[in-house]
Amino acid sequence: MRLFFVILCVFFQQSYAQTLQVCKGCTLSSIAEAIQKAKPGDTLRIEPGVYKENSLIIDKKLTLIGRDYPVIDGEFKGEVITVQADSVTLDGLFIKNVGTSYTADFAAIRFRRSRFFIVQNVRLETLFFGIYLEKSSDGILRNNRIEGEAKAEYNSGNGIHAWESDRLQVYGNEITGTRDGIYFEFVDDSRVWDNRSWKNLRYGLHFMFSNHDSYTHNRFENNGAGVAVMFSKNIEIRENLFKENWGPAAYGLLLKEINDAEIHQNRFIGNTTGLHIEGCNRIQYTQNLFESNGWAVKMMGASFTNVFTRNNFIANTFDISFSGGRINDNTFNSNYWSEYTGYDLDRDGVGDVPFRPVKLFSYIVNKTPESIMLMRSFFVDLVNFSEKVSPVFTPDNLVDETPNMTKFKP
Amino acid sequence: MLKVLKYTLYDLLRSGWSWIYFGFYLLLTFSLLFLNNDVSKSVITLMNVLVVLTSLIAVVFGSMYYYNSREFIELLLGQPLKRSSIFIGQYLGVSLSLSLSLLLGLGIPFAFYGGFNTEVIPDFSMLLLAGVFQNFIFTALAYNLSLYHENRIKGFSYAILMWLFLTVLYDGLFLILLMNYSAYPLEKFSLVATLLNPVDLSRILIMLQLDISALMGYTGAVFKQFFGTGLGLFTVAAILLLWIIVPVWNLYRKGNNKDF
Amino acid sequence: MISFQNISKSFGKLQVLQRVNLNIETPGIYAILGPNGSGKTTLIKSFMGMVHPDAGDIIWQGKSVLKHWQYRENISYLPQIANFPKNVSVGELIQFIKNLRQKPSDETPFVSQFQLAPFLHKKLGNLSGGTKQKVNLLLAFMTDNPVVVLDEPTSGLDPAAMQVLKHILKSEKEKGKTILMTSHVMDFVEEISDEVVYLLEGKIHFCGTVDALKNQTQTQTIEMAIAQLIIKEHA
Repeated sequence: MRLFFVILCVFFQQSYAQTLQVCKGCTLSSIAEAIQKAKPGDTLRIEPGVYKENSLIIDKKLTLIGRDYPVIDGEFKGEVITVQADSVTLDGLFIKNVGTSYTADFAAIRFRRSRFFIVQNVRLETLFFGIYLEKSSDGILRNNRIEGEAKAEYNSGNGIHAWESDRLQVYGNEITGTRDGIYFEFVDDSRVWDNRSWKNLRYGLHFMFSNHDSYTHNRFENNGAGVAVMFSKNIEIRENLFKENWGPAAYGLLLKEINDAEIHQNRFIGNTTGLHIEGCNRIQYTQNLFESNGWAVKMMGASFTNVFTRNNFIANTFDISFSGGRINDNTFNSNYWSEYTGYDLDRDGVGDVPFRPVKLFSYIVNKTPESIMLMRSFFVDLVNFSEKVSPVFTPDNLVDETPNMTKFKP
Repeated sequence: MLKVLKYTLYDLLRSGWSWIYFGFYLLLTFSLLFLNNDVSKSVITLMNVLVVLTSLIAVVFGSMYYYNSREFIELLLGQPLKRSSIFIGQYLGVSLSLSLSLLLGLGIPFAFYGGFNTEVIPDFSMLLLAGVFQNFIFTALAYNLSLYHENRIKGFSYAILMWLFLTVLYDGLFLILLMNYSAYPLEKFSLVATLLNPVDLSRILIMLQLDISALMGYTGAVFKQFFGTGLGLFTVAAILLLWIIVPVWNLYRKGNNKDF
Repeated sequence: MISFQNISKSFGKLQVLQRVNLNIETPGIYAILGPNGSGKTTLIKSFMGMVHPDAGDIIWQGKSVLKHWQYRENISYLPQIANFPKNVSVGELIQFIKNLRQKPSDETPFVSQFQLAPFLHKKLGNLSGGTKQKVNLLLAFMTDNPVVVLDEPTSGLDPAAMQVLKHILKSEKEKGKTILMTSHVMDFVEEISDEVVYLLEGKIHFCGTVDALKNQTQTQTIEMAIAQLIIKEHA
């Protein structure tokens, strides 16, 4: 009986819901007018054309569907769409020319205290902020393309910006040319996957104070500072690609004060620093690939129980750099190191002599950065070799006791 | 000149040493590829070997060839030949024969292991280029030193000392200076000091391929401009060429003025 | 024909040639004699352009030869020490020199006279000193040039080869060539040369025919004549 009632309600509602057409020659020629005329639950069907409108406020449950990407041109006059109701869907719109301000964070699309929203197949260009979620939870952002032209940090905004919003699903988005591609602050229980974020001014992905989240199958390339993950716990970072983030303060992945995380099967390729770890505890790193990075892993002090196993370290300038004194209980056992020159007489696939991933020269470079010019010189090889034979400066308990002889298959 | 070059090359290609040298590279590269089964890792090991070894062999070969052909040079001087054709012809013959050993000794195993189908081709070609530069530069330097010293023990010792200085001592002094004066801005100094040594230059050529990620981690603007753009590669290549041109020019000059 | 005019040369502090004047007018065999270090080799090397004189000039066929190289097209030269690239064969070396000379030349009579046929395909590194010198001589004589310059042609030769050399020299002379050579072997010089030039400490002490030398010193052999000259010098 109760089920019947629910179905009846849905049917009832459905029968009253209308589709309103918006086009230049239609009765409804502007989106603003259509929103005003529409009843909750209605669908606005926006025909192709250029709509010079801004500050559109959606304050009821509506679905906006664009056909062939109608253009909403904000003419740089502030925000374009602000949603203040639940269950709003935006689909197939092309929004451009969002206003820039130093005092207000104008966005192409903003959700304020909304729930159950969907933004899909939307294209955003010449924007300040892209999609801005403010205390808005249980939403889906998928298959959107955000293309900014950010030049400087102070007058640019983030592609997808979420603040105090939980249970989000962000996937299949492509974000480039913004300040931070994806920015999360106080966002819990969310999933981010299959996104591509590249050539953003600062971070491809930047999140903090966001717990119980997972980040998988994303690609972060050529971002100004790479990816930064801070002050969060219980996160999963799996099968992502962190590639070619170059610069003195650029990291494939920067982990700062992260507790209880799983970091598996990621690829760190050609970054200045592949993985930077600072004040992180109880993190498992397995089956990641570190290839052709300047520093594969840089570990700073105050980290405990970072466990590296079955990772591939291939052709990095430096595999591990360690500063801040004690090794604590961080371990690097059973990895594959392309630098390893030991042997395996008992043929069990594990090297018979331990591997020391820290080179003396990496200490010298830390102290005197210019000495990087001497990398791979015969003299430096001699220095490294003598340190390898009898460690004086490098921490002697930072060893891989069971280095794998062959690369782990991905 | 071409006749002397051809003849020298012909003589050297039939010399046991050329084949031993070729065989050494062949064996080294094959065994590296066989043991590692990883082409890019082998490139790095080869690079470490190459920077040190090619220069040494070029120095030894260059001096030896000059002193061993000392009497033959007199025969050639009696022929209707320009002096420069004799010396530069011989010099090019020695450098080319060394480079051939290098290119084939490394190239054949790479081709065999399918190295030409992988993404290490740029690294590998840079390695070969650096090796060839080392051959041409150090043979020229050795030939110069030999021309200045009739006493072969003396000439040979100076050549080895020069090699030792450029490959090991120079970098050692360089590093000690950097560490002692780390309070001062050293960016330009370190760049210039690197450009002054042909061994370091060849190394940079390879570093630009293998370690660009690490190089970009340095904050200095000059470094960034140098390594981040084509400027670095261009400058390095130009100065390496100078390192060939200047000794060869001196070979020409000294060769013309010398009494035999 | 060949005219050395005031040639001086020093290596460092050592004065090797002091204002040497020598005119070689007619074809024939000219031997330059003198003890070790007297400047014999330096003198002929100056003519070959291998040593640059400090002062003076050398005129040949009316032109200075200094700082030129084309004139050597018409001069054959035998270096003092026969040492060749080790990994090429005798035949290949002959071809190489022929190729450099770009002139009609014929090595066959010399191959047969020196009995070098069995060695033509051998590598030069495997030859004995005497055989190398034969090859050296062959290279000098095979090209038909009006002037032949020989630096110690007899070194390392066995008596049989010595006879061959004398025979060759005589026949070359009959062709009207000018042969300029240095030698230590006095009876060889006595037998073969038309004129001798005696050099001591960079100066010419005698220049004339062998007979004139004997007459001047009142001696029977050239060896004794030379000895006389040395005694006179130190008296």
